[in-house]
Amino acid sequence: MKEVAFGQYYPVDSFIHRLDPRLKLVFLIAFITAIFIASNFWGLGACVLVLAAIIVFSRVPLGKVLRSVRAIAFLVLFTAVINLLFYAGETVYFQWGILVVTKEGILFSVFLVIRLLLLVICSSMLTYTTTPVALTDGIESLLTPLKWIRFPVHALALIMSIALRMIPTLMEEAERIQNAQKARGADFESGNIFRRIKAIVPILIPLLLSAFRRADELGDAMEARCYMGGKMRTKYKKLKFSWRDGLSLFVCVLLITAVVLLRIYLGDVI
Amino acid sequence: MRIVAEHLSYTYNPNTPFAAAALKDVSLCIEEGEFFGIIGHTGSGKSTFIQHLNGLIRLPSSMKKYRERKPKRGEQLLPRPTLRVGSYDLSEKTTDFRALRKSVGMVFQYPEHQLFGETVKEDVAFGLKNFAEKGKELSKEVETSAVREAIEAVGLNYGEVAEKSPFDLSGGQKRRVAIAGVIVSRPEILVLDEPAAGLDPLGKKEIMELLHRLHKTWCKTVIIVSHDMDEIAENCTMSALFAEGTVKYCLSPRELFQKAEELFALGLDIPLVAKLCRALDERGIHIDCDYTAADFVKKILALKRGEGRA
Amino acid sequence: MYALEFKDVSFSYGEGGFRIPKLNFTVKEGEFVAILGHNGSGKSTLARLANGILAPDRGTVSVFGAPVDEKHLYEVRRQVGVVFQNPDNQTVASIVEDDVAFGAENVGTPREEIGRRIDFALSAVGMQAHRLSAVSRLSGGQKQRVAIAGVLALKPRIMILDESTAMLDPRGRREIMEVAKRLNQEEGMTIVVITHFPEEALLADRALVMNRGELVMQGAPKEIFTRHEELITYNLELPRIGRIEKSLHEGGMPVKSTLNIEELVNEIAGELTCGS
Repeated sequence: MKEVAFGQYYPVDSFIHRLDPRLKLVFLIAFITAIFIASNFWGLGACVLVLAAIIVFSRVPLGKVLRSVRAIAFLVLFTAVINLLFYAGETVYFQWGILVVTKEGILFSVFLVIRLLLLVICSSMLTYTTTPVALTDGIESLLTPLKWIRFPVHALALIMSIALRMIPTLMEEAERIQNAQKARGADFESGNIFRRIKAIVPILIPLLLSAFRRADELGDAMEARCYMGGKMRTKYKKLKFSWRDGLSLFVCVLLITAVVLLRIYLGDVI
Repeated sequence: MRIVAEHLSYTYNPNTPFAAAALKDVSLCIEEGEFFGIIGHTGSGKSTFIQHLNGLIRLPSSMKKYRERKPKRGEQLLPRPTLRVGSYDLSEKTTDFRALRKSVGMVFQYPEHQLFGETVKEDVAFGLKNFAEKGKELSKEVETSAVREAIEAVGLNYGEVAEKSPFDLSGGQKRRVAIAGVIVSRPEILVLDEPAAGLDPLGKKEIMELLHRLHKTWCKTVIIVSHDMDEIAENCTMSALFAEGTVKYCLSPRELFQKAEELFALGLDIPLVAKLCRALDERGIHIDCDYTAADFVKKILALKRGEGRA
Repeated sequence: MYALEFKDVSFSYGEGGFRIPKLNFTVKEGEFVAILGHNGSGKSTLARLANGILAPDRGTVSVFGAPVDEKHLYEVRRQVGVVFQNPDNQTVASIVEDDVAFGAENVGTPREEIGRRIDFALSAVGMQAHRLSAVSRLSGGQKQRVAIAGVLALKPRIMILDESTAMLDPRGRREIMEVAKRLNQEEGMTIVVITHFPEEALLADRALVMNRGELVMQGAPKEIFTRHEELITYNLELPRIGRIEKSLHEGGMPVKSTLNIEELVNEIAGELTCGS
């Protein structure tokens, strides 16, 4: 049976894996804020240092981490080139028409590239080290205060949870249907874009029908188990803070402070 | 078309923590004309194996980017996996996989869930159109007559169902339409993954009868994957037992089900008739039958009449 | 008071659709009942009527004396657990224990109690070892056992298995029926098995046969399976072993209808020795 490797979760046991998902979400937000507060290479350096520590402690192989960058390699390159060629700096190294390469341009595009890489890598570290289920629990828990403004936190969490549960099933099904149509000579790989879109119809229709059928049956099964919305519902799982989380929170505060101080005392990148 | 597999291995999600070996050095030969049964638990590798037969899973050596590996000094390379289906060598890059798929029809589990056409006619014609030679459109008459033959071959009334939406049919009828959609391209080998799953006993019986009809008239070889030992004993001429990614036995049902202890050890069952024979054996009554109910009854009645007793 | 009572129940899925004209039957507390019928005989509508997912057009369905209506719906659903057919379409959570907890959470069970119920339910179905497994990686039979556990966590008094074995392999089927039998014998739970496998009906104390929305036969399973001609008219088959007995009979060996391997073998051995 094919295991559908869903999401990017990298299943090892590590310090980072064991952190409370809420903390990891807060940490991610704080880290991203820090990246944007950082206005010079020293600030970014502090971020790089913290991220490097996270990677080491997460026991996710470096190759795997760098793979997450591959998806946005083009974007990074594009940003770098545009800034390199159009940034209006003072120390001109090279000029051709409207294109200028300046010292400031080089520095700035290097700065941007590091910033982008930090952003992507830190986000994927979250998904590498946190199961989708834990992530959902974390989001639900963090959103709980919104219940006060009648935001349907519970319904949202249930939707996410069911989606996560169903994704592997539907992926398997999509593959099975695709194989069945391939066995009947369907060709999904050749032809122009219109042909390819048309070729997907024999997969899409059965998949949609099955999704509706499943939703219908799941609804019955949930009702049969006394589901009546979020009223009077209790929750079995409680997230717990541990010393690891305390320590990480401390690192988080430290990083923000450092980045702010570095910004104030060392000024901007250029 | 004869199927000869040698040293097939396959791993899902290689080089990840989810890596799972589905086939380990499988060699198996399926002769033309058999009604072949493939047995095994979920995860035994049987589904992976049958998906090789029409190239849904490709041998590494048939892939474009495949390069022969030179053995390091002192290293013994594993024997090269090969798979031949008739004249098709599936380990070659030059194999025409489209033509292969036309010759090896494959019906997946719950095939009725793969229907999509607006009408039964249209759904059945899907494979026919796909397999038509490039550049040559099928004439409407040829198409209609082929579709009609396929629908009638699965025991449905063409006039009654052709214009209907497949989704308005009963469960059993839908499954027949799905099978028609595969046999319409006249495959020589028909592979079915649990063709009777989810049907009631009568539906099961009808589907198996249908497959026997197709076996005699339509497809030379029929291969079924089944969990039901009685189904294997009643219908198959040969069978292969998969366990943990390997072929443990490739025997006729008559020989296979004599190995009751071995099957029990693998967590598998034996057919009811085999159980009866075993229990009779313990009482000193030896019945030499092929484990079909009909043969069992015949042999018992013969004994009763005093024939064939030692 | 009956555990489950259908009184003059009629139901239809709209004009021209499937119809139950008038249905009367009862299930006693602690009973193990099988409802047999071919596909489309209406047997699955029963499960949905029994816990109020569908409402009858006329007549009443009651559970332990309480009518299944808007007012008692919640109470009824706590008493009647239903396990459905498709093992993939019944779980809401990705992890086994979270899914088992779902029902208990819905009725506001305190946290510690939910933990205890998960322990109880998973051990009742023999799935303790998979408590933290991902549901999507289990076999069909295991998924169905998790579905049963999810129902057990609500502590129901009746459990209806609505064709819960139809999509499973023989091993999965056996596992589910063993669990049902055990719950009936050890916990005294009332069990209703809706099935098209005659072999499964043999495990029950009593079997009901449905055809076109009507109850057409009723009695001890062994007794029902002696009426072969009648069963055929309802598109039903004998269990395999029954068919062998029948062929032997027709071939001139008058074995009794036993529907049991050991007993049949004794019958055959007896016939053969007295014949020689």
